[in-house]
Amino acid sequence: MIPNINPFILFFAAIFTSNILLANFLGMCSFISVSKDEKSSNGLGIAVTFVMTITTTINWFVYKYILVPFKLEYLKYIVFIIVIAAIVQILEMLIERVSINLYMALGIFLPLITVNCAILGVALFMQLRNYSLIQTIFYGTGSGLGWWLAIVLLSSIRKKVDKAPVPPALKGPGITLITIGFMAMAFIGFSGMLNVQ
Amino acid sequence: MNILTAPIIVAVLSAILATIIVIIDGIVNNYGEVTININGKKDLKVKGGSKLLTTLSEQKIFIPSACGGRGSCGMCKVKVISDVGPILPTEAPLLSKEEISKNIRLSCQIKIKSDIKIEIPEELFSVKKYKGKIVSIKDVTHDIKEVRIELPEEIEFKAGQYAQLIIPPYDKIKESVQRAYSIASKPSEKNIVEFLIRLVPKGIATTYVHTKLKENQNIDLIGPFGDFYVRETNADMICVAGGSGMAPIKSIIYDMYEKNIKDRNIWYFFGARSLKDLFYLEELRKIEKELPNFHFIPALSEPSPEDNWKGEVGLITDVLNKYLKENQNHKEGYLCGSPGMINACVNVMTKNGIKQEEIYYDNFA
Ligand SMILES: Cc1cc2nc3c(=O)[nH]c(=O)nc-3n(C[C@H](O)[C@H](O)[C@H](O)COP(=O)(O)OP(=O)(O)OC[C@H]3O[C@@H](n4cnc5c(N)ncnc54)[C@H](O)[C@@H]3O)c2cc1C
Ligand code: FES
Repeated sequence: MIPNINPFILFFAAIFTSNILLANFLGMCSFISVSKDEKSSNGLGIAVTFVMTITTTINWFVYKYILVPFKLEYLKYIVFIIVIAAIVQILEMLIERVSINLYMALGIFLPLITVNCAILGVALFMQLRNYSLIQTIFYGTGSGLGWWLAIVLLSSIRKKVDKAPVPPALKGPGITLITIGFMAMAFIGFSGMLNVQ
Repeated sequence: MNILTAPIIVAVLSAILATIIVIIDGIVNNYGEVTININGKKDLKVKGGSKLLTTLSEQKIFIPSACGGRGSCGMCKVKVISDVGPILPTEAPLLSKEEISKNIRLSCQIKIKSDIKIEIPEELFSVKKYKGKIVSIKDVTHDIKEVRIELPEEIEFKAGQYAQLIIPPYDKIKESVQRAYSIASKPSEKNIVEFLIRLVPKGIATTYVHTKLKENQNIDLIGPFGDFYVRETNADMICVAGGSGMAPIKSIIYDMYEKNIKDRNIWYFFGARSLKDLFYLEELRKIEKELPNFHFIPALSEPSPEDNWKGEVGLITDVLNKYLKENQNHKEGYLCGSPGMINACVNVMTKNGIKQEEIYYDNFA
């Protein structure tokens, strides 16, 4: 049964209260490695938002009109991944054509979006929670924007932390993980506002 | 029946997605016709979207590319005057700061997307692809083969230059590769090129040459390339090479012998481990007799007792050091071989007053 949630509420919930990164801890690897500078963070954020919106929507159709009628729901993992891989490949070609600078800034991380667990995670949540098409689109976009917001926030914090007297043993990934912990706690503060499953 | 639906659905879905990718690729990566302007003189109209190196070779302009476009040899450098985007991460390790400031790029890495202006040395216009035929393959030592290839048309080259052999796919090797080999024959033999090829264990090209290649077989090559050739001065020539490094030096010495050049001293230091690694001894001794200004000095570092060796013993660098000290003439260095040997010899030479810029070498790495 389709849950009775206003798509707009779902949209904001995906950004703040159930942020895919800071509440579900999905998509951590590129989050940590790309957040070193703001420019690539923005680039990857845009790319993730774009890919997430499109792939979740396409996967909604694929699930509803191909997998369900043929009783192949158990194939959703492999099918979702194939769709994501194809979309990322197309996106890569488009970015190379439109902006070579963005293409190079993203470097290896663009193909890595294919195996970014946040993208697959959103598609699976969408199916698990039985969202309607409209809900799916809002949820996918919201999750992407949430991921983007989180990585940009982290990159700005890291810029400050770089200049701070961090104990040598904690430099780099260590202090970054601690920072992410604090960010996650701060985002818990939003959870009273909306509660969406 | 049911067992088939799952694979069929996945296959059909993948096929549809693949078709979409191909269609979008056709639209997005279609750069139409672009013009390559070379040295401000020549304009080539080509289809955009491919790498500069391959596009040029389709137009019969061959840029040296010892690694065949994998971005590992750094030989395919070209000066690009128009803007083709920032230095790629694959180019950065092979370009020096100075080269970057001069707009030098790796032609196998950059894609042509719009009109482009480049500069290449004029010599490259005479580089051609030849369809050769093997006339003989001989073992000269336990791991070096002398390969003579007949060419259908004449080749012009300077003694010391090299050519690239095109090795076709064989056994488990699925793609054709190109490897550089110095030409060992003399420039006056215009229908033949000779190579000395040392077997590298597990090496793609050398395994092919040593185990597959037979007489009368065809093999393609591209050339000539390289700036390792004799500079026209009066300085003494100090040549050092061992193993297959013999190839360009042999060409140089035979060329000078044929031209009967008597006013220039030539010293050739040949370093080897034991007698079984030495070759062409008799030929070189014969030239030494007829060309009094040519001095051939083979040196063994580990002669075995049965070698009965009466010549120089020791590392080639020590032998070189001894001779350079004795003789104070103006000298030029000509080195050929592995990076280790070249570095060691350059050190000895500069310590003995030969200027760095007057030492020429071909690095086989
Ligand atoms: C300008 C120039 C001129 C050259 N002239 C000659 C020439 O006249 N004669 C000649 O024989 N070669 C010459 N070479 C070297 C030649 O181009 C090839 O690099 C060489 O023959 C190896 O090719 P391959 O395909 O057999 O090996 P590849 O398939 O390229 O494999 C080489 C691999 O083996 C490793 N390797 C390299 N050397 C050894 C070694 N001694 N033992 C074990 N592993 C090793 C390397 O790390 C590399 O990974 C020249 C190179 C240059 C750039
Ligand atoms: S061809 Fe070797 S680096 Fe380009």
